[in-house]
Amino acid sequence: MPHRWGMAVDLDRCTGCGACVTACHAENNIPTVGDSQAARGRAMHWIRVERYWEGEYPDVTLKFRPVMCQQCDAAPCEPVCPTYASHHTDEGLNAQIYNRCIGTRYCANACPYNVRFFDFFHPQWPKPLDAQLNPDVSVREVGVMEKCTFCVQRIHAAAIDAKAANRELKDGEIQPACVQSCSAKALVFGDLNDPESEVSKLSRSDRGHKLLDDLGTLPKVTYLNRPQA
Amino acid sequence: MNEALAQRISDDLLRPVVTTTWKFWLLVAVLGSIVAMGLGTWFYQMYMGFGLTGINMPVYWAFYITNFVFWIGISHAGTLISAILRLVNAGWRRPVTRCAEVITVFALMIGALFPIIHLGRPWLFFWLVPYPSERLIWPNFRSPLVWDFFAINTYLTGSLLFLLLPMIPDFALVRDKTTGWRKKLYSVLALRWQGTTKQWHRLESAMQIMAIAIIPVAVSVHSIVSFDFSMAVVPLWHSTIFAPYFVTGAIFSGIAALILAMATLRKVLHLEEYLHPVHFQNLGKLLLMMSLLWTYFVFAERLTAWYGNEPSEVEALIVTQSGSFAPLYWTMVVCNFVVPFVILSLRKLRTITGCVIASSTVLVGMWLERFLIVVPSLSHKYLPYTWGHYRPRPVEIIITISTFAAMMLLYTLFAKLVPIISIWELKVGEHPVAAGKAAELREHPLWKANP
Repeated sequence: MPHRWGMAVDLDRCTGCGACVTACHAENNIPTVGDSQAARGRAMHWIRVERYWEGEYPDVTLKFRPVMCQQCDAAPCEPVCPTYASHHTDEGLNAQIYNRCIGTRYCANACPYNVRFFDFFHPQWPKPLDAQLNPDVSVREVGVMEKCTFCVQRIHAAAIDAKAANRELKDGEIQPACVQSCSAKALVFGDLNDPESEVSKLSRSDRGHKLLDDLGTLPKVTYLNRPQA
Repeated sequence: MNEALAQRISDDLLRPVVTTTWKFWLLVAVLGSIVAMGLGTWFYQMYMGFGLTGINMPVYWAFYITNFVFWIGISHAGTLISAILRLVNAGWRRPVTRCAEVITVFALMIGALFPIIHLGRPWLFFWLVPYPSERLIWPNFRSPLVWDFFAINTYLTGSLLFLLLPMIPDFALVRDKTTGWRKKLYSVLALRWQGTTKQWHRLESAMQIMAIAIIPVAVSVHSIVSFDFSMAVVPLWHSTIFAPYFVTGAIFSGIAALILAMATLRKVLHLEEYLHPVHFQNLGKLLLMMSLLWTYFVFAERLTAWYGNEPSEVEALIVTQSGSFAPLYWTMVVCNFVVPFVILSLRKLRTITGCVIASSTVLVGMWLERFLIVVPSLSHKYLPYTWGHYRPRPVEIIITISTFAAMMLLYTLFAKLVPIISIWELKVGEHPVAAGKAAELREHPLWKANP
């Protein structure tokens, strides 16, 4: 049976530290655009920690919600792409073929989660970050869309290792950069087709919900609510 | 019709084609340099990166897509109106049809450029063409952008044919009346037109077929443009009313463009005896009707969004009606409804000047309408954390302005190369000048008000 990669995000565990954001930038060669561009809405965080305040000062509660591509099964970004740059893989990932992208940005408009990002300029890294690019991930050129891949390079590497050793992939063997760097273990990644995997169990939790569930996008990321106090 | 009258019509309408003054060259130079500036800006944008625009996350579409929808809308002036008028055989259409059909062709050419200008990698636009590539990759036929590509190409081809067919006898006329390089050029363009009965018969049939075929094509084009929006789950975009709403807006802005073009031609080329107040009267009434229809669609769209009370839709609605986009929104309402309604529903004000004023505000209002469809929804999508804003940057403004100059330039050059009023159609028609009633016409009170 093919894999069906998914993620569970425990909102009760998330401390909003932002380690996932940094790890994602480092792993996936995401350009840092600088403060003036970021102020104009050009920051490219494949995963971001959304902050929401509830209540009136001084009785304020701060809630965090890490949001990355939800890897929807019925993804609004896919049918609108005129060149198939945005497409669905056999393992259920919403893949983006950078070389096939002509930059209509339609996918980003169609995405209700706003998790697709556009390369407004040729990517640049301030020294010495330019010396640490990940050789497993292609650097995107100006004018294409890019997004969270669930660290597909790590998935492929692990699958190749497992095949070479002639064994099945183990649950927890693959860790996207954000999952690996989450010190609170708020993020769990795994195969949703394996009913015994940790992510499957968490996804079936009573606390689980999908982001913007009513839109019918069938996300593969499940958020676990904070227990009511 | 007597010989002298036919001669006069030919002379009057051929004059712009055969004589050229320094004013023409000055106008071409001014417009041409604005267009050149726009092209230069586009290349600069390609060279430096798309970041020169004001586009950002989440407002990934803005000025360029606004211009795209606006110009495709303008293109509905011509072919659609002229095809309907031809089919119902409205006698007053004769001096109007060609200047309307030209608007269609040029507006489509300009509008179709914008989806290319707005691409992140415009040099790869041909990937929308379904050509057999060595990798066996086809365009994604599920994408509304691919539908657009086919719709616009169909409409452009159809309206080009529709424009060219009735020009053949006029090309032949110019061929017969000129010498030198003009004779050579128009001999080619006239396609060996001899004016035989058989040729006339075939021309009439072809024109009839095109007039019938082009109407559903025109309606479908703007429906498909509206699908770019309504197929996406974006608040206030995802609406079934969009197709007729867009078509209505398109015809509305198209008529306004036509009135402006006709008024300009009338003044500049001294066509007062051919483009009469009655033409502006009739088109003004049509504009008034479309204004009311457009207002109804806006009302229906807004009412259902408000009544449905879906949180994200209401948010986008509020930001348009009373939030940061409110000044633009209410300007749009004034330009598209209040001004045309007041001017065009009072007979005293429905003069040529009145029609020109109303048309100008309608063009402004319809541009704003397109902008207000594209931007507020994108800037206020579902997750409040990602709400954003948009401000245009100089490159977008320069390119936008230069396309208006491009339209005027193309129109000027066309009016120089082709009689802008169909000479042969005027001669066969029951036109006041053709029927020798010009003197009578000048006694008309409207004529006196707008000589």
